[in-house]
Amino acid sequence: MNEEYLVDIQHERLSFFTPVGEVKALNDVTIRMKEGEVLGIVGESGSGKSVTAYSIMGLTADNGRIVGGTVTFNGHRIDKLSEKEMRAIRGKEVSIIFQDPMTSLNPVYTVGNQISEAIRLHTDKKGAEVTQRARELLTLVGINEPEKRLKQFPHELSGGMRQRIVIAMALACEPKLLIADEPTTALDVTIQAQILELMKDLQKTLGMGIIMITHDLGVVASMCDHIAVMYAGEIVEYGTADDIFYNPRHEYTKGLIRSIPKFHEAEYSKLIPIEGQPIDLLNPPAGCPFAPRCDSCMKICLREKPEPCEFEGVHYARCWLNDKESFMAAQKGGADNV
Amino acid sequence: MAKYIIKRILFGVATAFIVATLTFFIMNLVPGGPFLSEKAITPQAQAAMEAKYGMDKPLFQQYLTYMTDLLHGDLGESVKKRGYTINRIIAERFPVSARIGGLAILVAFCVGVPLGSIAAYTRGKVLDNIIIVFSTAGIAIPSFLSSTLMMYFLSTKWRILPSLGLSSPASYIMPVAALALYPSCYIARLMRSSMLDVIGQDYMRTARAKGVSTVSSIFKHALRNAILPVVTYMGPLMASLMTGSFIVEKIFTIPGLGHEFVGAITSRDYPLIMGTTIFLACFLIMMNVVVDIVYVFVDPRIKLK
Repeated sequence: MNEEYLVDIQHERLSFFTPVGEVKALNDVTIRMKEGEVLGIVGESGSGKSVTAYSIMGLTADNGRIVGGTVTFNGHRIDKLSEKEMRAIRGKEVSIIFQDPMTSLNPVYTVGNQISEAIRLHTDKKGAEVTQRARELLTLVGINEPEKRLKQFPHELSGGMRQRIVIAMALACEPKLLIADEPTTALDVTIQAQILELMKDLQKTLGMGIIMITHDLGVVASMCDHIAVMYAGEIVEYGTADDIFYNPRHEYTKGLIRSIPKFHEAEYSKLIPIEGQPIDLLNPPAGCPFAPRCDSCMKICLREKPEPCEFEGVHYARCWLNDKESFMAAQKGGADNV
Repeated sequence: MAKYIIKRILFGVATAFIVATLTFFIMNLVPGGPFLSEKAITPQAQAAMEAKYGMDKPLFQQYLTYMTDLLHGDLGESVKKRGYTINRIIAERFPVSARIGGLAILVAFCVGVPLGSIAAYTRGKVLDNIIIVFSTAGIAIPSFLSSTLMMYFLSTKWRILPSLGLSSPASYIMPVAALALYPSCYIARLMRSSMLDVIGQDYMRTARAKGVSTVSSIFKHALRNAILPVVTYMGPLMASLMTGSFIVEKIFTIPGLGHEFVGAITSRDYPLIMGTTIFLACFLIMMNVVVDIVYVFVDPRIKLK
């Protein structure tokens, strides 16, 4: 356990036990994050980005279990905590913003009621103090007429407004870490920009760490200090925003960047998708999970899982192409590109 | 909301009027009449009786007379129970049925809602399966069977409970249980499915992420959302249970309105058929308005216009 990290996930393995078998959602995930840092996790649906973040809060579904590795947050061994101990941390030291503000607020209670609940759960504040704090929070997230909004029900507010309320609720106890699970996906573009701007500002003023889960590379590029690219329950590449965007070392990352629409190119230029389907996590292959979809796949890729290969700084990638020695060995062994 | 209620009441009056009209004509279309079954009756006597109740006049005129009386709140006089006005019969019998029905609804609500919620929270586990099996059985068992079984074991065999009448509080147990069986099970199933739906909602996850405990998330966040379908069901349920069940009242010899209603049909007591039918229709309409109003208090998204 390393005290200097706010989040320290070491070789986490997490599986969902379903009637058809064990779905290996996370395979050897290692993430370290300092206080006040912004980490982006990108990847396609089912790559394990949300599961990774949820496991920090102990919020995995009932049939999900950490089967290996450790998860440490703010000095707590999350994988060892009881539900009751976990409850004291949730909403206080770590909060989360969900994707859809339309459904993440309870429709039958007023905004004020729901924000106050978060305040009351983790502080000793009572009565007028709670309302006062709720009002402060709404002002903090840029909602005018907070007094009026507190008395309104979620259905009386717009999507952007609701997402601000969700953020206010998450910030109620000034958490050290805010997990944002695709906070802008359900919003239209102008509101997206506003919400991202707000989150950036809040991060600066409150100095909290943020884990930004998204499949929007534009969002991570503008906000994140570090980026983890996930594929099939693994972090296939990790680095600073510059590393990932200007010097991607994993074929999947390269594919993701290729698939971003570019405005300056000719109108008729087509998007380049990553062909194929993600692997079945019920029966993960022996080799690199991306191998079946990789243009540069070699024999060794199908046989053995690549270990992280480190570059300058924090940048690393799990790809045999970067591992010169192994690559040479594979060449000598007569393996060509498949 | 006041505007809405007034509107609903006006619609209700219209509905009651249609119900009264249809009942009146259909009732008269059916061959036979109140005095045909009586033995050894002379044509003169029959004519005299018909004249007494105004049944010798043309049907449409009878209808007009009835509707005029109805508008004055007069439901007429029973043909079979001499000297009894329909208003008096309803005033005497309805409270009996309403008491038993009301208790049954209370029981059904207090049993069904927790059972359904427990089943939802233990989905797929043994307890859930037990609740599903019993609630399905409870829906399938007709009340005459549950009533007679209860009566056989509890009254005849073990002599724990009185078998008829409503003389003591204990005598309420069996009829109330017999009436509550079906709605309890139905509410349990309704509650289970709507609770399952609510448990999967994002706001439940938000509550958990805030650090809300499971118990308080059920009571504060889930119940109020999940109870809506049950509230909807309560309207017709209240109307049907509180106006009396013929079978249960017959088996336990309870002088309720359900008993009277079916009796009126078999004895062709025209004014009593009309009176009970109109009363039942009005009560049902009223209960639906009550449910609509309750809805507004449970779910703020619903606005009555």
